[in-house]
Amino acid sequence: MALKTFIEAIRETLAEEMRRDPTVIVMGEDVGKKGGVFLATDGLWAEFGDDRVIDTPLTESLIVGASIGAAVNGLRPVAEIQFADFIFPAFNQILSEAARMRYRSNNGFGVPMTIRAPYGGGVHGALYHSQSVEAFFTHIPGLKVVIPSTPYDAKGLLRSSIRDDDPVLFFEHKKMYRSVRGDVPDTDYVVPLGRAAITHPGTQITVVAYGLMAHYALEAADVVADEGISVEVVDLRTLRPIDKDTLLTSVRKTGKCLVVYEDNRFGGYGAEVAAIVAEEAFDYLDGPVTRIAGPDVPGVPYNHVLEDWFMVNPEKLADGIRKLAAY
Amino acid sequence: MAVTRKTRPAPGTSELAASVGLTDADLVAMYRTVALARAVDERMWILNRAGRIPFVISGQGHEGAQVGIAWPLERKKDFIAPFYRSIATCLAFGMTAQDILMAQYAKATDPSSGGRQMPGHYGNAENNLLSLSSPVATQMLHAVGIALAAKIRGSGQVAMTSMGEGSSNQGDVHEGLNFAAIHRLPFILVIENNGYAISVPAARQLATENVADRASGYGMPGVVVDGSDVLACYTASREAVERARRGDGPTLIEAKVIRLTAHSSDDQQTKYRPEQELAELRSHDALPRFRDQLAEAGVLSDEEEARIAAEIKAEVDAATDYSEAQPDPDPSTAMRWVFAEDWPSETPPPWGLGDGHSAAGHAAEEPRSAAEGATD
Repeated sequence: MALKTFIEAIRETLAEEMRRDPTVIVMGEDVGKKGGVFLATDGLWAEFGDDRVIDTPLTESLIVGASIGAAVNGLRPVAEIQFADFIFPAFNQILSEAARMRYRSNNGFGVPMTIRAPYGGGVHGALYHSQSVEAFFTHIPGLKVVIPSTPYDAKGLLRSSIRDDDPVLFFEHKKMYRSVRGDVPDTDYVVPLGRAAITHPGTQITVVAYGLMAHYALEAADVVADEGISVEVVDLRTLRPIDKDTLLTSVRKTGKCLVVYEDNRFGGYGAEVAAIVAEEAFDYLDGPVTRIAGPDVPGVPYNHVLEDWFMVNPEKLADGIRKLAAY
Repeated sequence: MAVTRKTRPAPGTSELAASVGLTDADLVAMYRTVALARAVDERMWILNRAGRIPFVISGQGHEGAQVGIAWPLERKKDFIAPFYRSIATCLAFGMTAQDILMAQYAKATDPSSGGRQMPGHYGNAENNLLSLSSPVATQMLHAVGIALAAKIRGSGQVAMTSMGEGSSNQGDVHEGLNFAAIHRLPFILVIENNGYAISVPAARQLATENVADRASGYGMPGVVVDGSDVLACYTASREAVERARRGDGPTLIEAKVIRLTAHSSDDQQTKYRPEQELAELRSHDALPRFRDQLAEAGVLSDEEEARIAAEIKAEVDAATDYSEAQPDPDPSTAMRWVFAEDWPSETPPPWGLGDGHSAAGHAAEEPRSAAEGATD
């Protein structure tokens, strides 16, 4: 067992999967010699060469579209979109093609492809280097959407994603790349897709989170614990398929549910969580399902005061927990 | 007549066949595929007008180019990402008349999609014909990716895709040609230029005369061929396939074809095409031209042509009867193949409270009252 940063876990997994399976390739912008703008692919080009680590032109639609084709013809591409904010030129390929290929061909063709993209704010990235884009993709049947919060989960879930026979969107919060460390065993373990984790057991309020917010939820849980509020944190890890069993079991136990997400509140992923809880745990609820989320402005503003205003943080989250606890 | 039996280099190989490196049997097989595609297509329109199938999108006028261009590829090894007019391409690459008609009826056993896609959205894994969608030119990048995988795997495969000149303006085409040329991929883009993107003439779609003129800008050859000349299409394609297999990179082939029908069964082309133009279309049709060419070369006799026509009619009749008789897909299968494994029951059905998706759940609902259902 070794202590590793989040990005080390990603990088190691890519290298190990490429060693294990010669059909795994990496495609993206600056993923080669440079090793990616965040160094997630550092060292891969030196080890695996031009054929398997491909620096593409600045063409996001091609990165995804050609990965779909390569997947159809026997490879397992791992496509990197440099920032999640830049994924939209590829949206048509993801929505109309990757997500629908198996369904529309009645299982004639599948697309075993993983799309990795750094997302999230709090890093002075402004409107176009801070976005949370998961809600656009969790809406689409045919896609799996993964957002890990620990190096352990990042490794286990990336392995599962690459080995999966269907397209997976794998979003990595860029603020966590070097700030989050954790134990990662040297074994070939996997974390199965579609399973949430209870990362902080509690009895009075369920806080549902993922990615960076899963860390803030733990911090907030510790803060309010001193005030006598017992919080259970559900780290979803896979957003779609969602682990309803873990979610609903927790809410039926605590009777209160707060969903936290960094994205804009309106129509965000947490809205679906709230709807599921309202529909399927209504009889157990002892308060309104509550959302703590980003404000509804078109992007994260740059100036640090404005950015702080935008970002959810453990204090804002603790406030929300206190209000719901007092309901 | 210049062609005589004396000049034949070998039995079964006319001068015409020899001139393109094929046998007479090859030429007859090509003709049969062009004629079969036309017959299937004409049947589709009849079925549509008879109210048997709700929608038709046609390949009439493209068949000669499609057969000539698909012919040099190796079936079950190479890949084609077709488009919605690719009936003859699909037939030339291994699908049958029945497969094409099953797609029109969208029955449970439709090999393209099991009845999930609208007519014209062909695909067949068994024959390396990639499933196609409706947003145009997306298949460009899939074919480029297939070619990339072929190069990485050293499989010796060639990947081809086809589309209209209207589709050629999409950004995916630019991204794909650029990438294919950079990596010298075994890739061929076929533009079937019929002069119209639904209603908009080519002059309003591109400022150059030929789509192929763009090829040099990407660093690859661009070839223009007469789409009514089947053997010219074959020769251009064979050169591109050989070039691709040698590792010399991609080619853009533009075949000038005609659109004999409206864009689809929902389109009225007399609204935007001059009467004169429509009247002259048939003179550029590859089917009679190829038939005459083979007859003049002594490859196709009147008797053989009649025999082929009878065979095709029987084949299309049988395919129609078979497709009509097939069952519709069962709604209980409609949740299958969202993923390779069963789609987990993660959300209740949209029609009310429940523990998960099931067609049975829907069907088990109380039927709506007659009054509620009545609209008149």
